[in-house]
Amino acid sequence: MRKLRRSGKIGEFVSIFVNEKQRCVYVASDGGRVCRPLVIADRGISRVKEHHMKELMDGVRTFDDFLREGLIEYLDVNEENNALISLYEGEADTDTTHIEIEPFTILGVCAGLIPYPHHNQSPRNTYQLSRMDTLLYLLVYPQRPLLTTKSIELVGFDKLGAGQNATVAVMSYSGYDIEDAIVMNKSSLDRGFGRCIVLKKYSVVTEPYDRIVKPQMISSKSGYVVDSKMQILDADGIAAPGEIIRSHDLFVNKHSPKIIRDQAKPGELRETPTPVTYKGPEGETTVVDRVVLSTDVNNRLCIKFLVRHVRRPELGDKFSSRHGQKGVCGTIVQQEDFPFSERGICPDLIMNPHGYPSRMTIGKMIELLGGKAGVSSGRFHYGSAFGEPSGHADRVEAISETLVKHGFSYSGKDFIYSGITGYPLQAYIFMGPIYYQKLKHMVLDKMHARARGPRVTLTRQPTEGRSRDGGLRLGEMERDCLIAYGASMLIYERLMLSSDPYQVQVCRTCGLLGYYNYKLKTAVCSMCKNGDNVSTMKLPYACKLLFQELQSMNVVPRLKLTEA
Amino acid sequence: MKKVSFMDMPDVPKGQLPEHLELQRTRVFCGSDAPTHSEGIQYSGAYASMGIDNSLRLDSFCKKFRVEVIQLTEDEIEFDMIGIDASLANAFRRILIAEVPTMAIEKVLMVNNTSVIADEVLAHRLGLIPLDVDPRSFEYFSGNDSPNERNTIVFKLDVSCKKGARITVKSDQLKWLPNGSELEMTTPNPSAKPKSYTLFTCSQASLPEFSDKPIGPKHQDIIISKLGPGQAIELEVHAIKGIGKTHAKWSPVATAWYRMLPEVVLLKEIEGKQAEELVQKCPVNVFQEIEDIGKGKKKAVVANPRACTLCRECIRGEGWEELVAVRRVKDHFIFRIESTGALPPEDLFTEAVKILEDKCDRLISELS
Repeated sequence: MRKLRRSGKIGEFVSIFVNEKQRCVYVASDGGRVCRPLVIADRGISRVKEHHMKELMDGVRTFDDFLREGLIEYLDVNEENNALISLYEGEADTDTTHIEIEPFTILGVCAGLIPYPHHNQSPRNTYQLSRMDTLLYLLVYPQRPLLTTKSIELVGFDKLGAGQNATVAVMSYSGYDIEDAIVMNKSSLDRGFGRCIVLKKYSVVTEPYDRIVKPQMISSKSGYVVDSKMQILDADGIAAPGEIIRSHDLFVNKHSPKIIRDQAKPGELRETPTPVTYKGPEGETTVVDRVVLSTDVNNRLCIKFLVRHVRRPELGDKFSSRHGQKGVCGTIVQQEDFPFSERGICPDLIMNPHGYPSRMTIGKMIELLGGKAGVSSGRFHYGSAFGEPSGHADRVEAISETLVKHGFSYSGKDFIYSGITGYPLQAYIFMGPIYYQKLKHMVLDKMHARARGPRVTLTRQPTEGRSRDGGLRLGEMERDCLIAYGASMLIYERLMLSSDPYQVQVCRTCGLLGYYNYKLKTAVCSMCKNGDNVSTMKLPYACKLLFQELQSMNVVPRLKLTEA
Repeated sequence: MKKVSFMDMPDVPKGQLPEHLELQRTRVFCGSDAPTHSEGIQYSGAYASMGIDNSLRLDSFCKKFRVEVIQLTEDEIEFDMIGIDASLANAFRRILIAEVPTMAIEKVLMVNNTSVIADEVLAHRLGLIPLDVDPRSFEYFSGNDSPNERNTIVFKLDVSCKKGARITVKSDQLKWLPNGSELEMTTPNPSAKPKSYTLFTCSQASLPEFSDKPIGPKHQDIIISKLGPGQAIELEVHAIKGIGKTHAKWSPVATAWYRMLPEVVLLKEIEGKQAEELVQKCPVNVFQEIEDIGKGKKKAVVANPRACTLCRECIRGEGWEELVAVRRVKDHFIFRIESTGALPPEDLFTEAVKILEDKCDRLISELS
């Protein structure tokens, strides 16, 4: 069977798997199985010979020819279990059935972007993979990584980078770098490090009866002026591209017809303004990048806005190297306070060394060394997975030699002066370029605080969640803490006064809730039909609601009041 | 036996520190694992128990302090500052980076920008262009005064790309407008007289400082943007005076830093094979082999300690640390200033000194 496949008689993706235990042969030809091409070896001797490669180089032979002639075949997951695959030709012995075309092809596109992944603890590489797809925003000054891999070149990541080569000093600084936080150089940020463009889409759908009107003029001291919220509108009543848009500005000055049951009186407005306002981060200036007018499936006019926001890194923004080493920006420090090396090199960011021991990301250290050798020698260094024997990754020994040749220490550690005192530091600092990426988790999108704000109609309690400008919940566990501490007034304030205070009339005789009759200016109990024994008290609205809901289910909650 | 204090013993030199302490005071020891004795000893009574005064005397400082210029080009200077504490040398470095003012583009009035570069990014790029103008002839622009010829420089950039062409906009396309802004403020009131964004009383070109030297970017080949067919940029920029602390674009130096003078000492005689190895080891040729005439053997000597970059190759490996000592002299600084072009590097340093002087004056006047 396999011979048939190798000679091209049956499809190349058909897998023939011998299960010795079950004493049967599985033949699979269904789609969706992952297959990998491998070089066939007879008793450990590769079928692909020198002259084949030469023909490939000359362009006489293509990959398909290799396949057709039975030099290379595709194996799926099952059939791989029947094969003994050696990584390199030299390692093959008589039992070997296949040889890898190139070891780094074991990893896919995303994992291929990590330099020296085979030196990292495996979960770190997995973290990095999960991080790749979350990258969303455009970097203003993207760079190609100084330490590349063959996969990066094949994929074209070097043409469209997603990060920047930051000079990293691995040291402790200021205490604002604990728990993986990084300290950033303000001058680097000023010069464009980590700057990114965030694009957001907003769309407005108008009904056919809606009317978009030009901005209204309102009278002010200096004659008629355009309303401050409508400054960015064009004459057609739609925000113009290139205009700076702030929160609460109008996108579209839309008017909708009023629903009038009776005949409208002459002179009365038949329309109400139903403008669409922009709600962005407060105090930030964003720009309308593009405006598109189109129609949707129901043939309604659909106006789409692309709002652009250029952000420089700020406190709390998340960054990550290519080894699953994420960290938030802990503080931003002036350049003059930053340490500097004998050659006047000032790092872009400082990373705490505690990130290394438990994570064991040796790959990152080699990336730093390789990057440093790369900048000093002017040659991009490689760090492809499992690439050392085949020459697709530079060895640490070679890197160290290059470093020494250019006057650096072989270990990559530099003699550093403190920027604050001016004296040398009492340790050599591991310093060099590491490729850093900005992650989409930015403070500006997550920052939230509220003093007063909207409430839910049903319970009259503050709303929940950032999108609704909600309050921050004092939950059960927090409540338990306050009870344990005995801070009763604080509990009272948090759970009632700051949440949903409500005044109720409680009848002392029947224990049910009454009401306040504003006409008679007395409190009345509707059960006892009088207002003799009614007292006023405060209750959370949610509590009152519960009582009424219970009542509606034929459960009578009664309040027994005592003198306080 | 008569009791004698150890200080009076004949092998203790009088009036000065014992050798090892003197070394620790004046040198940073760069071991193979870590530098030691890197801090300076400030306290005047640090060696009081030995009867030695460690206080800094003005007259001795004046006698010892020297500045030697090693290299001076148009935008770089390297000089030695000898006989000064690191804290002062560092103060100059910090002031150079953050407090010496320059002029930089701060405001960009965008008229038209159809290029692929976003307005904000373009503005940021423009801001980082170093301008060839002496900031000393300008005043700071504060929020409540209007832009005039004493605090603002106006440039114009007006480029467009023809159909079927592609052009690169470089910094030489920034045109200086000595008469101030040519744009008119849009007023809500159409009947009002149109106002310009600047209030220049006279042309800057008529001022004596600029009459013979027009203002422009320092480098003519800084790429601002690239334009495709039919794209255009029209804008006006206002440059004002500022300091590097606010934004790095106002920093007058690319960088300014110092390093302490390297000192490489051979602790023992290194001869023959070892000498050869040592010379081979150093990537920057600090050591040299010379023929020792007396013994007819080759001997290693320290030829060029200044070139040492502290790669610590010479003390790497078993036993080498006993043979070679790498040290730094604590009061000898090789200072290097790389100017961005607004001021020549030698002026930058004198400016920095002046700023430090002002600060000291202010402190003294506040205290008294």
